[in-house]
Amino acid sequence: MARISLKVNGKTQVVDVDPETPLLYVLRNDLQLNGPKFGCGLAQCGACTVIMSGNAIRSCVTLVSAAQNQPVTTLEGLGSTKKMHKIQQAFVDEQALQCGYCINGMIMTSKALLDKNPKPTDSQIKEALAGNLCRCGTHTRILRAVKRASGQKV
Amino acid sequence: MKTMEFTRRQFLKGTGALIVSFNLFPPASDLFAQATVGPGSEPDPTSLDSWLAIAQDGTVTVFSGKVDLGTGVETALAQIVAEELDVPFKQIKMIGLDTTKAIDQGITAGSRTIERGGPQLRQAAAAARQELFKLASARLNAPVDTLAVKDGVVSVAGNPAKKVSYGELIGGKQFNVKITATGTGWDMKVAPEVKAKDVKDYKVVGTSQKRVELPAKLTGEFTYAHDVRIPGMLHGRVVRPPTITSKPASVDESTAKNIPGLVKVVQEGSFLGIVCETEWAAIKAARALRVSWSEPTTKMPADAEAVFAYIKNTKSLRDQVTVNKGNLDTALGQASKTYKATYRWPFQLHGMMGPSCAVADVGKDRATLYTGTQGSFDTRKAVAELLGFPEKNVRVLYRESSGSYGRMGADDVSEDAALLSRAVGKPVRVQWMRDDEHGWEPKGPAQLDLARAGVDAQGRIIAWDFADRGFPLTAASGRGLRLLASRQIGMKPTADGNSNGTAGGGEIYAFENQRCAAPLVPWVQTDETPLRTGYLRAPGDMARCFASESFIDEIAADLRADPVQFRLRYLSNNQRAIDALIAATKQAGWQERPSPAPASTGPKAMGRGVAISNRANTICGAVADVEVDKATGNVTVKRFTLSHDCGLIINPDGLKNQIEGNIIQSMSRALLEEVKFDGTGIKSLDWSSYPIIRFPDVPEIEIVLINRPEMPALGGGEPSSAPIAAAIANAIFDATGVRLREAPFTPERVLAGLKKA
Repeated sequence: MARISLKVNGKTQVVDVDPETPLLYVLRNDLQLNGPKFGCGLAQCGACTVIMSGNAIRSCVTLVSAAQNQPVTTLEGLGSTKKMHKIQQAFVDEQALQCGYCINGMIMTSKALLDKNPKPTDSQIKEALAGNLCRCGTHTRILRAVKRASGQKV
Repeated sequence: MKTMEFTRRQFLKGTGALIVSFNLFPPASDLFAQATVGPGSEPDPTSLDSWLAIAQDGTVTVFSGKVDLGTGVETALAQIVAEELDVPFKQIKMIGLDTTKAIDQGITAGSRTIERGGPQLRQAAAAARQELFKLASARLNAPVDTLAVKDGVVSVAGNPAKKVSYGELIGGKQFNVKITATGTGWDMKVAPEVKAKDVKDYKVVGTSQKRVELPAKLTGEFTYAHDVRIPGMLHGRVVRPPTITSKPASVDESTAKNIPGLVKVVQEGSFLGIVCETEWAAIKAARALRVSWSEPTTKMPADAEAVFAYIKNTKSLRDQVTVNKGNLDTALGQASKTYKATYRWPFQLHGMMGPSCAVADVGKDRATLYTGTQGSFDTRKAVAELLGFPEKNVRVLYRESSGSYGRMGADDVSEDAALLSRAVGKPVRVQWMRDDEHGWEPKGPAQLDLARAGVDAQGRIIAWDFADRGFPLTAASGRGLRLLASRQIGMKPTADGNSNGTAGGGEIYAFENQRCAAPLVPWVQTDETPLRTGYLRAPGDMARCFASESFIDEIAADLRADPVQFRLRYLSNNQRAIDALIAATKQAGWQERPSPAPASTGPKAMGRGVAISNRANTICGAVADVEVDKATGNVTVKRFTLSHDCGLIINPDGLKNQIEGNIIQSMSRALLEEVKFDGTGIKSLDWSSYPIIRFPDVPEIEIVLINRPEMPALGGGEPSSAPIAAAIANAIFDATGVRLREAPFTPERVLAGLKKA
């Protein structure tokens, strides 16, 4: 076990965990942040995506020790039902989910995309989300939501 | 610690609605529905209070026995109740299913909730409305027929000052009224004698209300089954054999013992699991455990060829004949030309994005479960049998899971969690790992479809013989079947499995001599293997429709007939099917001509294909526009057009969302998906060995909704999966002249066809 200092959603918190624990389990179980989800544990589906130092990363394969003192943003860090982030609001406007289990990854990946490329083309959005899986088949709505969030005409 | 119980209670407090205790077991004798429940008994469907309650502020709480599986059905059901009671949509609160508080309306499955559960809630609401009018009549001293209601306020016609709200009439009190309720589950008839509102007066039904739970899902505030945490909860993982349910011959715990937080290695029969204090420790310990498994008594089939040979050559359990008219043999003998073809469909996965997860808290003689089961009462029965408890001592609290598409009708993980919790005497959360889920989920089974037809001298089909051969579905909770953990501790099934459906074999057409059947072949092993079978999205329909709608296309092509016109000849009595076919083809800009299209000269070939389907009386017409790369065999669906007639539409945008999802998921199944295996086990254990569709391959989608207010509301969404593979296969043929009779339509298969051509 080791004491590790994390900077999550702007708050510094110290956890006492096995340093080999993937960040995902610490976020979920120690910090009670349910946004990131376990989907595969293999970095294949994207359900666990968080933003670390500006990049969308897979928290299921990122050791908690590697996140030490790096700014981490989870879905909860974007907004709440009371005050939604524009990407979250765009997903409501487009009704862009069904079960929503993958949607954390869609939003966090889109956030990282829009931070770097505020007006992406359709194919740039598709490319950015190519590594995120959705089983309900909400893809066309998700694409529209990201476009809407970027302020472009849907 | 934030749990669903807490947030729900706060939520109800916040809206001023009733306060429901979700933590106590047995339930406290609260107001409303719970008051109709004695300890250990269930809500009485003949008591109006069992269905809904109205708070002083007018909030209507509905104790629905149906659950939202991520399809938005809770929103649609709330619309139905709001409509019938004439209260604002936002005033309806749907309470998550709790087996001690909800009426058993049957499993939530098959896209049949609006069709079956909708009228049950509508009639309960209509009965409540009738009762409220009686109360208002007395309060306002006016005859019932002079009363009108708007937004939950009843007033007297011509004297709007005389008014009273529902909240004032009944708020916080019970109705204490009996209604009729006969039959059970899906077939329960609730208050049929009460006249429901006329459809022409509908204001909420038919509008695209936004999904009630989406904001919380988008911010991490929603509590999925995976997010349930209860005090003292430990973490479990299961360790399953790679092939079949053989016993752990030896278990070496030494490597797991050093992992801090290990609570117990649990072995019961051939069931093996780990319980730890933290989730990561449980994952590590399950991986570290060294197990040697005894030699399996039955083997997996060696490959897909072996499965199809077995299906073809094995005597059926029952033939499931749905159409049998005329004299097939005579007609085939008289035909001027006959056709014959065989089609194959592989084992496929549901592939839930979130692997199975449940929390169980098992005490000495009672158990509580938090799970995303599609059948809470089925899970209750299965777990009660597993633990040897009376059913009334098991409480199941539904928590929405990852979209499950039929998979969670077999709630394996609740049984795993129950066994592990019993072993340690504490609440245990179990989540399957990705390879557990891919490896052991009950799969949509392989199907082998055999078709024969004969045409007369005028090119008219006079004989049609269709047999869909396949396996019964043997994995389901609580229906005489046994799930993994039950099997592993030695419990035997008492049933041989359920039907994989029968629709889609060409019965939508009227042929003079016609036979459509779906013979069920007993599955190979007596023990469960990773090729266990379960309900997958419109069970069996996609394969049957692929076969029958390809077959009719083959005949049309041979006779140089336009595929749409050719189909229309045999839809003579089915106006809805004609309308759906015409609506889809018109929207797609269909040009009348036979298939295949004239050969193209470039590197890419373009084609269009059509198909129609009828699942549970919901009718779809589908047109696929595809592009085939002649050099690689790669198929790109450029555009998909689908017409959908499910009678009265409750929520158009919600319905569209479901249809889009079914098109995309079914495209993925048609083009990419096949469970790989050999004699030693499943080879598709992650997303790289079982690829599914990704964003760059998603086509443009156009949907034509056909609303029929004169009809009841039927199932929406899932029926649209049925024609997808057929339309794509027919489009590939149109583009290239290559007829694919086996799914998925991989580049290798297309290329092999192109080389032969």
